[in-house]
Amino acid sequence: MSNPSTEPGVLARHQAELDRGRWLIQRCGACHRAVYFPRELCPHCGHLGLAWEAPSGLGTVHAVTTVKRKPADGGDLDVCLVELDEGVRLMSRVENRPPAEVRIGLRVRARVRVDEGRGLVVFDAVDERASA
Amino acid sequence: MTTTRETLKSLRGRTAIVGAATFGCGECPGHTDMEMLAKAAHAAVADAGLTMADIDGLATASVSAVMWPLGVVEYLGLNPRYIDGTMLGGSSFVAHLLPAMQALHFGQCNAVLVCYGSAQKSSTFGRKEIVGLRPFLDPQPYEHPYQPQLPVSAYALAASRHMHAFGTTREQLADVAVAARAWARLNPEAYLREPLTRADVLASRMVSDPLTVRDCCPVTDGAGAFVLVRAERARDLPKKPVYVLGNATAVWNRQVSSMPELTVTAARQSGAEAFAMAGLTPAEIDIVQLYDAFTINTILFLEDLGFCAKGEGGAFVADGAIAPGGRLPVNTNGGGLSCVHPGMYGVFTVIEAVRQLRGEAGARQVLGANTAVAHGNGGMLSSQSTAVLGTADTL
Repeated sequence: MSNPSTEPGVLARHQAELDRGRWLIQRCGACHRAVYFPRELCPHCGHLGLAWEAPSGLGTVHAVTTVKRKPADGGDLDVCLVELDEGVRLMSRVENRPPAEVRIGLRVRARVRVDEGRGLVVFDAVDERASA
Repeated sequence: MTTTRETLKSLRGRTAIVGAATFGCGECPGHTDMEMLAKAAHAAVADAGLTMADIDGLATASVSAVMWPLGVVEYLGLNPRYIDGTMLGGSSFVAHLLPAMQALHFGQCNAVLVCYGSAQKSSTFGRKEIVGLRPFLDPQPYEHPYQPQLPVSAYALAASRHMHAFGTTREQLADVAVAARAWARLNPEAYLREPLTRADVLASRMVSDPLTVRDCCPVTDGAGAFVLVRAERARDLPKKPVYVLGNATAVWNRQVSSMPELTVTAARQSGAEAFAMAGLTPAEIDIVQLYDAFTINTILFLEDLGFCAKGEGGAFVADGAIAPGGRLPVNTNGGGLSCVHPGMYGVFTVIEAVRQLRGEAGARQVLGANTAVAHGNGGMLSSQSTAVLGTADTL
């Protein structure tokens, strides 16, 4: 007998939503902590019931590096870790600043970019004064 | 938990490293991983005053072959009663200690060979190809799309956070590489031996900032092996035994993006448990061998193992403090940064500690060294294994 579950795994589900331009993280129904990357069970308490939720999208650059590349290979590339206001961290990049201007502490907002049908979470620096 | 810890403590000093050897450190063209491993293994067994027929326990790991221990058994003609193929990245060969100590203690086997070999600098299918295959064989779907240059970018991210949180400087990172090179210049086996200054490191090519090419270990060939037996047998063998006083391993994450805190590694746990088992404190350690694939490693591990407070690692390593003649001898062979780094370096931390504690380290010998820490790191600051070793004076 095949797998009785017709639901895809969480990685496929997460990617399918990204491909439609929507980013989802998870929250545990038992310990209520946010979870990312997506899991089949809560890494904090072991509970199976993780619910999907749309994050606020706001976060802060937590760590940053510029990968030095030749112009022919695409030039310098920002790689950073962003801590979401929900309390989870992920690898990403900030796209609306040159890599050298992406600093720890920079406030950023998530955006899903879809290239050739495949979604990816990236971030843009936000001007907090303008949005206040 | 107390009972468990007390039971582990009873293994303190019950096994000893009686043979150790390296082969092909640096460049070893024309050899396979297995050929290099075999030569290091035979040399370590001979160093122990044993023959291959005496080996009835095996611990080994490979960066590329998924069933590596099977091939090692076949190639060396072993019939081991104890086999450990645990693969935790570069810390593996330090992490292989405690299970081997248990197997020896309970009589499962009588002599364990821990061994590694890699021709990744000289082989046609080398590091570049292995790195290129990783997204397929070992996918990290939440990191690879952002094209970090792994592993260096992961360590660079940790370095950026350490600099931000504690004011650690690129000069302090550079001083780690300079100290490693100063030790390497005393070690004829080291791969990189030309003089290196802080200015050289700062001016070298940036790879993934703040880490330059001189903040990174080179890719080399190299093989290493050591032999463990029960302490009572060790006393009858030719070389001065090096006793295993404590060992512990901890893993908190795989990807750098999943590190609980970027400035704290699982070495805090492995170190505390290994020191507790050994009944020693960092202040009582004479020499320290740390897995320094990148300069930030040395700073993080000195902090996490308790040689200095969190955040003070940069100041602790600065201005030659861990170089020859400094306050604490660290990576006395030249480390992964200057001596040898064939993909996984952990086995060499143990071998250099053994050579120092035996008094065999030649021009780089730390006089009167009786205690040592050998610390392995694996993955992206992921797996950490700490061993505390000592001479008969520490029993």
